Amino acid sequence: MEWETVIGIETHAQLSTLSKIFSGASTAFGAAPNTQACGVDIALPGVLPVVNRGAVERAIRFGLAVNGKRADNICRRSVFARKNYFYPDLPKGYQISQYELPIVSGGSVLIVASGGEKTIRLTRAHLEEDAGKSLHEDFHGMSGIDLNRAGTPLLEIVSEPDMRSAEEAVAYAKALHALVRWIGICDGNMQEGSFRCDANVSVRRPGAPLGTRREIKNLNSFRFLQQAIEYEVRWQIDTLESGGTIKQATVLFDSDTGKTREMRSKEDAHDYRYFPDPDLLPVAIDEEWINRVREELPELPESMRHRFETQYKLSVYDAQLLTASYEVAMYFKDVAAQADPKLAANWINGELANRLNEFNLPIGESPVSAATLAWMINRIADGTISGKIAKERVLGDLWEGMNVGLGKADLPTLSAYLEANGLAQISDSAEIEKIVDQVLAANPKSVEEFRAGKEKAFNALVGQAMKATRGKGNPAAINGILRRRLGV
Amino acid sequence: MHNATVSELSAALAAGKTSSVELTRTFLDRIGLMNGALNAFVTVDAEKSLAQARAADARIAAHGGTRLTGIPIAHKDIFCAQDWLTTCGSKMLANFVSPYDAHVIERFNAAGCVILGKTNMDEFAMGSSNETSFFGPVKNPWNLTCVPGGSSGGSAAAVAARLAPAATGTDTGGSIRQPAALTGVTGIKPTYGRVSRYGMIAFASSLDQGGVLARSAEDAALLLSEMAGADARDSTCLDMPREDYTRELRQPWRPEGSKLRPLQGLRIGLPRAHFGEGLAPDVDAAVRAALAEFEKLGAALVDIDLPNAALSVPAYYVIAPAEASSNLSRFDGVRYGYRAPQYTDLLDMYRKTRSQGFGAEVKRRILIGTYVLSHGYYDAYYLQAQRIRRLIAQDFEAAFKNCDLIAGPTSPTVAFKLGAKVSDPVQMYLNDIYTIPANLAGLPGMSMPCGFGAGGLPVGLHVVGNYYSEARMLSAAHHFQQATDWHTKAPPA
Repeated sequence: MEWETVIGIETHAQLSTLSKIFSGASTAFGAAPNTQACGVDIALPGVLPVVNRGAVERAIRFGLAVNGKRADNICRRSVFARKNYFYPDLPKGYQISQYELPIVSGGSVLIVASGGEKTIRLTRAHLEEDAGKSLHEDFHGMSGIDLNRAGTPLLEIVSEPDMRSAEEAVAYAKALHALVRWIGICDGNMQEGSFRCDANVSVRRPGAPLGTRREIKNLNSFRFLQQAIEYEVRWQIDTLESGGTIKQATVLFDSDTGKTREMRSKEDAHDYRYFPDPDLLPVAIDEEWINRVREELPELPESMRHRFETQYKLSVYDAQLLTASYEVAMYFKDVAAQADPKLAANWINGELANRLNEFNLPIGESPVSAATLAWMINRIADGTISGKIAKERVLGDLWEGMNVGLGKADLPTLSAYLEANGLAQISDSAEIEKIVDQVLAANPKSVEEFRAGKEKAFNALVGQAMKATRGKGNPAAINGILRRRLGV
Repeated sequence: MHNATVSELSAALAAGKTSSVELTRTFLDRIGLMNGALNAFVTVDAEKSLAQARAADARIAAHGGTRLTGIPIAHKDIFCAQDWLTTCGSKMLANFVSPYDAHVIERFNAAGCVILGKTNMDEFAMGSSNETSFFGPVKNPWNLTCVPGGSSGGSAAAVAARLAPAATGTDTGGSIRQPAALTGVTGIKPTYGRVSRYGMIAFASSLDQGGVLARSAEDAALLLSEMAGADARDSTCLDMPREDYTRELRQPWRPEGSKLRPLQGLRIGLPRAHFGEGLAPDVDAAVRAALAEFEKLGAALVDIDLPNAALSVPAYYVIAPAEASSNLSRFDGVRYGYRAPQYTDLLDMYRKTRSQGFGAEVKRRILIGTYVLSHGYYDAYYLQAQRIRRLIAQDFEAAFKNCDLIAGPTSPTVAFKLGAKVSDPVQMYLNDIYTIPANLAGLPGMSMPCGFGAGGLPVGLHVVGNYYSEARMLSAAHHFQQATDWHTKAPPA
């Protein structure tokens, strides 16, 4: 019998403010331990939190972005609450979070998975502070506490249990990751923990009520998210099929073994004793503020993707890739403004993406600028160079620094480069006719076969001619002349 | 000189008749002489105080002083003061030297005041008799076998015994007003949010408010003008311009008021319940006599009802412990303060540190607070208490339609014997039955000396005003103090 997987995801996105959510200390990553923790962060007696306006504004941006820029999911009055528990890296003995009244309620994220679109609903998104870090090594049996991260602003984004496979979960996480970077509220750096996911996973028979879930904590890469869910789903199905039951629990994913293991069961769950933080007033958001934030929002990826599909006749797949990040989309728009958009999409998603991946570079650091790529595409389109030469030689040369930082003014230099390297395509009919004649003379057997009706022989002749031009012959021109000479 | 008020000392300093160093020495000498018996101060540091005094004298000589430059002030040990031991009356912080100044300390330092020392208090401000202090109880200067009230008992005793011209205090349920009443001084807790709580160690954040204990309404107004005002570091601090609370002291209540009847037009509301069961007859008599004096000054007395006032104490003992249980979580032995000397693991370290570092009353309130916030009890206790709190605020709102000030006894009895109520928390809690409603509503309240009761112990008159009406309250109190001399009475030497 079939099993259905049900997944909901909680994401902690670190907001890109310069200072912490309730203090003026810096949020920069990587400083020496405890050098970026002020009195508020270390919870001296008598200190008080003051909310960072920038963090609230980023939450508003997010709320608008997941709701088609409508504001009915933004709570005009949200409340900070204290989540009480003891841990050495939690200096106050409570985390300031939001509980009953979060800043964002509802919204959705559109994902593309299994070839189709799917809407993943969001339950809520709320502001909270991060804890510090406990370091259990290097201290001779004691633990070190680094409070630099304490008080870093987080937006916790909670989805509905709308995903039905690890693939959908990863697609959701990627879409959300792209979105928070797109709207500039989070740098998305997963190695540094700026974007981390918890996955709530359960399985059930189709149509049955929801199964008991287990929560996989702190997944900081898409690959781990996928592996962890796949393992967890198999484990749950195996457990149920062998007559066991699933108990609600929090589990950790061990990336070395690829397995999940129980961290604590529901029975050990804390009673966090949430209550409204009396040190902070409710966060009041007025229409003026929302309107200003809305005006500053860029076009959202979803809308841009649909626009690319219709305006440029791109495939869903291409449009999806081009809107995977704001930088890629902007690069594409730049190229498409100067060259054929369809070709631009192919080159950006194909050869350029391969090279960027190979060198692990973001598109913003591409050695081939949008203007240069557009120039190259236009030279292919106008027949100056062949697509083959472009792919095998020109793009590589441009990448290698033929043109770092070259703009329109440098186009003569680029043309000179083609000239100097003899890369320009041979489109001159007289020259091609000469070559074709030589090829026909040298390959009587192929000619005979072609006349006998073997179309393949024609291709062999084209290949020979291309070879004779060292790949620079214009394939269309060779084709035409060859056919004329063969009398077809 | 030690009998002079702050305003008199201020004039003497300005006229060059005394110096801050001389004043500071005088009070330090008196502390040295009498603190052994009173235990009003936890920390005195003559060197630090005199350094500030010398700087103040230089400033006065250069004509750069303020009204308060050179005035020594004692601070409740709940206010963090840089490089000063700041204990909050607890073993938990017995070794804590603050690395920063509270907003209130900053203000007084900027005005050129001298920190005379840190005063004893109930542990984490939890108590009404000063008997919960880790540093031992404070004695009432009027009778050393009696309590001074609490939690600002050290500040109250210091001002009453002339060990300091004035002192700061904090008031969560009556912690300024009740000890002021029991020691015969004038104390004011302003509207919630007037004084920044930054650097004031939190007991119950939504109720805590800093204020003053002084020997007259005029002195209280002088000090309050310095310490109140907006502070961006406290989100609950009112964003209102600073005020001079002395501005209305000498003005009649209404323009038509005369010199003999300056309070003509003032309507004083008397909550019936505050004059009923539980009020000691000696206190009742002194308060009624004071109210008669107010009438002579032109005020009219009207009966009012605060229908939900009886629920104040139960609501308070849900809300205050709830907030305290969370506020005191930071005292965990990890970063500063007390840590148990021996423990086996993290949980054991927490358990022993907090068991050994906190006293019985603090632990009792942490347990109550933890309980009322727990899953399944939150609605029944915490939310219910918050609803009562709103009702109490509405009661006051309705009452202030028919009166300008509300008056009654500050405390149901005069100072009681040390040890008399320590074993009965509920009896102890009922000390604050008249003062707690103002905290729940966030209203300003004050206590002024209005006579003596059994054993020659002082009685305080409690006055609650509408929001932001401190200047008018102080004015009414000042007129009363111009017509009477209760506030000038000093305890026997």
